[in-house]
Amino acid sequence: MTAFIDRHPVWSFVIFILVAVLIWMVFAIWPDWLTGLIGRKKIFLNAIFNGVTLGGLYFLVASGFTLIFGLMRNVNLAHGSLYLLGGYIGYIVANYTGYWLIAFPVAFIVVGAFGILLQVFVFRKMEGEDLRQTLVTIGISIVMADLMLWIWGGDFYNINPPSWLSGPIDTFFVTGIKRSTGEFIFMTYPIVRVVILAASIVIGVAMWLLLNRTQIGMLIRAGVDDRDMLSATGARIQLVFVGVFAFGAGLAGMAGVVGGTFQSIAPGEDIRFLLASLVVVIVGGMGSITGAALGAVIIGLAEQIGSVYFPTYAVVLTFLIMVVVLAFRPQGLMGRAG
Amino acid sequence: MRNYLFATVSLATLLSVGAAQADSVKVGVLATLEGTYTVLGEDGVRGLKTALGQIGNKAGGKDLEIIIQSTDASPDSAVRGARKLVEQDKVDIVIGPLSGSEGIAIRDYSKTQPQVTFLNGISGAQETTYVTPSENFFRFNMDGAQWSAGLGEYVAKEKGYKTVATIGEDYSFIYTQVFGFALGFCANGGEITERLWVPLGTKDFGSIIASLPDDVDAIYLGLGGGDAVNFLNQYQQAGGDAKLIGGSIMVDGTVLNSKGDAKNALIGTPSSGPQADTWDDPKWQAYVKAYQDAFPPDQRFPSPSLLGTGYYNATNAMAQCLDSVNGDLSDGQKAFRACLSSLELDAPNGKITLDKNRQAIGTNFVTEVVELGDGTLTNKLVKIVPNVNQTLGISEEAFAKIGLPSRDVPECKTSYE
Repeated sequence: MTAFIDRHPVWSFVIFILVAVLIWMVFAIWPDWLTGLIGRKKIFLNAIFNGVTLGGLYFLVASGFTLIFGLMRNVNLAHGSLYLLGGYIGYIVANYTGYWLIAFPVAFIVVGAFGILLQVFVFRKMEGEDLRQTLVTIGISIVMADLMLWIWGGDFYNINPPSWLSGPIDTFFVTGIKRSTGEFIFMTYPIVRVVILAASIVIGVAMWLLLNRTQIGMLIRAGVDDRDMLSATGARIQLVFVGVFAFGAGLAGMAGVVGGTFQSIAPGEDIRFLLASLVVVIVGGMGSITGAALGAVIIGLAEQIGSVYFPTYAVVLTFLIMVVVLAFRPQGLMGRAG
Repeated sequence: MRNYLFATVSLATLLSVGAAQADSVKVGVLATLEGTYTVLGEDGVRGLKTALGQIGNKAGGKDLEIIIQSTDASPDSAVRGARKLVEQDKVDIVIGPLSGSEGIAIRDYSKTQPQVTFLNGISGAQETTYVTPSENFFRFNMDGAQWSAGLGEYVAKEKGYKTVATIGEDYSFIYTQVFGFALGFCANGGEITERLWVPLGTKDFGSIIASLPDDVDAIYLGLGGGDAVNFLNQYQQAGGDAKLIGGSIMVDGTVLNSKGDAKNALIGTPSSGPQADTWDDPKWQAYVKAYQDAFPPDQRFPSPSLLGTGYYNATNAMAQCLDSVNGDLSDGQKAFRACLSSLELDAPNGKITLDKNRQAIGTNFVTEVVELGDGTLTNKLVKIVPNVNQTLGISEEAFAKIGLPSRDVPECKTSYE
């Protein structure tokens, strides 16, 4: 942090000012000229919040993707299919048992187990052959998409959250003052999105701790840096591979349940989330968990703010960010060069 | 054993190819079987198959050889699909496409292929037949504006809504729907305060929902397929409780039959379209029964969606005209096209004739979403609007002055004459 400020004093100052303005915009009661300039505060606050919660969902999908890539150099283009599979499984479980929460561990375990099968029976057979693995994952994603279309059809599936999670809650953010009584108007926000955000933060922090504070994490990080050297030291690298693949796949499956709850599950979602996670990890940096978190929030914010303030070009904005990052920092915001 | 099987299969293939060459008409079908409109495309194909089943896959004494090509609601996928059907499979007739902007693209493509006749599936952009119509493109369904006929008047007069904000997908069909709604609503004293447009395929409506105005009487929803379901789901989560008005594909069977509770936000929503599920007309009831008998209950909707009906009507129009010309498609399909132009199609959703642009004039239905005893949702008939033409009863000159449907056309005025 201090090192960054020492090296880039000007940039630090700009970032500091931007953050200060943002905090002021979130907490202050907007003066009329600002409302006249960019619209009501309620819209702005919602766009920011929705961007961050959408980023939470993107993070869940992309973190598994980036972890698998970082360790195995395997661009798993079937990752979106794992997301979709998780969503369908989540729907079945939640619908059958009536408990929304049970859908998460079940989706995690089933999709994780599927990931183990993929790793053991497919990817291990072609280790180190990047192009072949990539092509095979495209094939798997197409086959899986058709199988899922065959089983579940083209309908739209919504996973119903439990009643304590549906509807909005009052937050402590003031969006304005009532003219008649002078009371504050507080912002209401869908509670399910708050829970999703909290869950992704918990998972993100847990992953960071796992990677940076435990022995398994040490193994994984060593594998990311130099796979051959790690296996030469006698570590059972194949076991680490299987574990990481299962974990990454399981996360995608869980993200499917989340996505099915506040969006919907249908054919085509696999491609959409594959694309989203690709953009997120390209922006954040391949193989970096912090990068995935940063990229996910940036892309989520770009989509939501874009959809409100310049709807026509909202789709372009995401890719514009990707182009800018690739042009000035090709390894991604948090990625390491080389 | 294997050799024997192989021989049989080859023989069968040879036989079927032989039969196809001898006496058959090749029909290509375009339907959205991928992307956000997948369910809609699937029901379109069910409509087609219902019609084919009724005529035993034969028309004009010839076998109908059907080739189905998938699209994803984008114009380029439709053109790619049509090129494959026309240039590779050498079809004689194309039925399709399903979605608005696809229709405009296929109209342009049809001009380059005068030897093939195109019957629109159910795409409903106004431009497709209103601007530079194509000689060999026939549309037996009404456009999105015609599907809105009667709705604006109904919500302004019966429901008493004075101000409405609209939210819709940003493409030609929804422009056309809002166009038709605005014409009726504004002419009856209503006011449209704001028009919001979202890209087709939007999944996260959180911020859009927050920016909906809260001082209007009702919100008009021009969404379809997955977008509609996502909007309703997130709208409920955000605690939205405004009165809703639905576009034709917002309250269609494709949304009313989605899995989960999101759709329940639609109960009581007024809407309009080319059909009403509960209509007691015997022809409509017979059609619903044919649809239900053609597919097992878990592979269809409880009753056909408007997309199924569109493909059903197009297929029937084709079959009737093939019959009347005895399958004669010679001389650039001249006789066949003459028959289509003058055909009065006795469709289950009311009689349909074509105008000089080969665009349908038909019956429109104002409906309201109700919950049935078993918890399923359906469209209850409220009002029938007969003989709706493309200019919605407005004189041609006055209609031309309004302009083509777009993000902010038409202007909200009390009179357009």
